[in-house]
Amino acid sequence: MTISRTTRIVLRCLTVLILGVIYVPLALVLVNSFNVNKTFAWPPRDFTLEWWKRAAESQGALDALWVSVRVGLAATAIALVLGTMIAFALQRFKFYGRDAVSLLVILPIALPGIVTGIALNTAFRAIGLELGMLTIIVGHATFCIVVIYNNVIARLRRTSRSIEEASADLGADTFATFRRVTIPAIRTALVAGALLAFALSFDEIIVTNFTSGAGTQTLPLWIFSNFQRPNQLPLVNVAAVLVLLLSIVPVYLASRLTADPAAVAGART
Amino acid sequence: MRTLHRHPRLRLGLLLGPPMLWLGVAYLGALAALFVTALWSQNSFTGLIERQWSLDSFRTLFTVDVYRTIALRTVGVAVLVTVIDAVVAFPIALYMSKVARPGLRRFLLVAVLMPLWASYLVKAYAWRGMFSEGGLVSSIAGLVGLNSPGYGLTATIVTLAYLWLPYMILPIYAGLERLPNSLLEASSDLGSKSLGTVRRVVLPMVFPAVVAGSIFTFSLTLGDYIAVRIVGGTNQLLGNVVYDNVGAANNLPFAAAVATVPVVVMLVYLAAIRRTGAMESL
Repeated sequence: MTISRTTRIVLRCLTVLILGVIYVPLALVLVNSFNVNKTFAWPPRDFTLEWWKRAAESQGALDALWVSVRVGLAATAIALVLGTMIAFALQRFKFYGRDAVSLLVILPIALPGIVTGIALNTAFRAIGLELGMLTIIVGHATFCIVVIYNNVIARLRRTSRSIEEASADLGADTFATFRRVTIPAIRTALVAGALLAFALSFDEIIVTNFTSGAGTQTLPLWIFSNFQRPNQLPLVNVAAVLVLLLSIVPVYLASRLTADPAAVAGART
Repeated sequence: MRTLHRHPRLRLGLLLGPPMLWLGVAYLGALAALFVTALWSQNSFTGLIERQWSLDSFRTLFTVDVYRTIALRTVGVAVLVTVIDAVVAFPIALYMSKVARPGLRRFLLVAVLMPLWASYLVKAYAWRGMFSEGGLVSSIAGLVGLNSPGYGLTATIVTLAYLWLPYMILPIYAGLERLPNSLLEASSDLGSKSLGTVRRVVLPMVFPAVVAGSIFTFSLTLGDYIAVRIVGGTNQLLGNVVYDNVGAANNLPFAAAVATVPVVVMLVYLAAIRRTGAMESL
């Protein structure tokens, strides 16, 4: 290698520094959820579990958590079905307009979230659908489809079709082959995609903010509406840690399943 | 069962039907509704939307000073965020691709990717803690005798640059990976020092990758309205104007008109950079 020693050392120091800047703010949220001081003056003087206990008793936060979980599960289920269907259609068939369909799938996350949000808001109002749980689920499912699609199509490209042909030759009909050969081959991709979709849905706020009514709050919305209230601030920190964990842990599990961190990241971009 | 097996077109139709109803009809329909709404007018007295073609919303957008200022400020913030991200991402990407050993490289890749998935809201909120009174930024600034900038445009730019940094690191890293080491060796054999090689060989070669990253940093900044609410104090970006006009002010045509600005800016930007070859390195 031709990079000089000095340059290497400088680069190493910069890398450590940048990683520090990336992780310190997140660590700070975690530390502050145990910080006795309500204004989070630095450095913290003492630690307490009080905020975690109070968060566990806060009805508003618990309701929001429950809404988030239900929305995440419903949106993931819808996206799982639709995303898998598109992946099969695009991978197994050649047809006119194929490129347009693949562009359409990524459009909901390629456009700025605010555009997707206000577009859905306009449409829901136009057809007179009341904003609430259902509209949040529709919004989330729309941008979760691409995550499932990416995972399934990547697996389909690597899976040979000859085992399906063998199954058909041995007398299995289309559905038996699908159930007993195709599904087992793509199972981990489905699970990984579902985990990623759930993570994406669980922490989403930009679109959710436009598609939720007055009565329904997801956990991120609860954080967003409470972070300016001084007496709620410690609870907001606890909720933030929870959202952080529930957005990272599924991704970690998914990356173990697919053994390809780059593919996991690609699903988000 | 047999019919399905014998008619691939039927299978394709059944597979594509439901997703296309969802994305092609519902989602594209929603986008179309948005742009049509931008061309309707609102009765300023009753607040009801009048379904008559009018360019009123766009006229307001271009003639009222406040909105022009906000639009320019948003684009300015997007440019600054992009420049900061490119400058910060380059050394870490260079280290990952050309200095770190394979094991460390994989670890760094995961370390850079993980925050990409961490909740956007929590990351923005984390910087509220950093910039708070007596927070970490003010204690560090205090050490060197400076004041923390507090909540405002500076905090917004820092936070947005932080949020979109992985989107810049990844394409630059991928671009550097593709850059053959023999080129670097040739440059040093011909007598160039490290910095000279970086400036005259590496930078020109990874420029398309930087442009590819800038698509994300630029587009994401243009559409943001949450981070600026959390750390921006009273400052407004285009996203806030959209959001406030959907909610409090309830002027949907105007909100829709404002929302077309990021889309148009991005389309112009994408058209301009098609020539650099950045689209292929996405």
